[in-house]
Amino acid sequence: MPETLLFSLFSGIAIVASALVIGQRNPMYSIMLLITSFGALSALYIQLDAPFVAMAQIIVYAGAIMVLFLFVVMLLNAPQEDGAEWDRAHPLRRPGVSRLGALLAGLLIVQLVWALMRATDASTAVNASGDVAAISSVRSVGRVLFTNYVFAFEATSILILVAMVGAVVLAARESGR
Amino acid sequence: MIPLGHYLIVSAILFAIGTAGVFLRKNLITILLSIEIMLNAVNLTFVAFGRAQGNVDGQIITFFVMTVAAAEAAVGLAIVIGLFRHRESLNPDAFTSLKW
Repeated sequence: MPETLLFSLFSGIAIVASALVIGQRNPMYSIMLLITSFGALSALYIQLDAPFVAMAQIIVYAGAIMVLFLFVVMLLNAPQEDGAEWDRAHPLRRPGVSRLGALLAGLLIVQLVWALMRATDASTAVNASGDVAAISSVRSVGRVLFTNYVFAFEATSILILVAMVGAVVLAARESGR
Repeated sequence: MIPLGHYLIVSAILFAIGTAGVFLRKNLITILLSIEIMLNAVNLTFVAFGRAQGNVDGQIITFFVMTVAAAEAAVGLAIVIGLFRHRESLNPDAFTSLKW
């Protein structure tokens, strides 16, 4: 079954790349691996009949947000995590406590997978219902976006404006000193 | 045909990886990247549920999540730059005082 094979391939790439993101010491490698993960996720979106979301994922996330992260990493020029000695002495940074945290994260995965396995609706095929042509077309997405969700869309523009002004104010150097 | 549950399991694993990153890492930029992983896991859930329901609402919520993620990344990175300028460090444990 090619569908299942592709799903396994891309979800595997997404999970492995995301796990490596938090395993890297150099943020530059983390960002590159996260772009890989986003590419695999956009392939999953295409499998879910959402090509517009897949393209937005590539253009907005991999193209804009990750480049912003990359710029900041290069601007700060502090690639390595500094292991100060007071940092080792912090009670939450002891190896045992860190291992307990990793164990709890693993338990969270096991619990979520177990709960999802028990759900009865989860075993039905994801693309069983609905008209594929209507769901995957940009036309229908735009129609719903600019009728039912038009207020939220306009509020989003205010949010972006506020974020832009806030970022400029926060990152600007104090001119008085 | 791939069941809905498989997409939800992938999303749950990605979300758990993001949570672990926020708790385990001590680099502000890596923590922000982990938050992006979590937001993407939620996006995958929205699109999968929307596809299972047979409507486009899941995709539209995904656009709003992307917008919020962009705003969050811009403001968060501006704060990181401001903090780094004061302390020359990206370790969240270095920022313990409210005023300097």
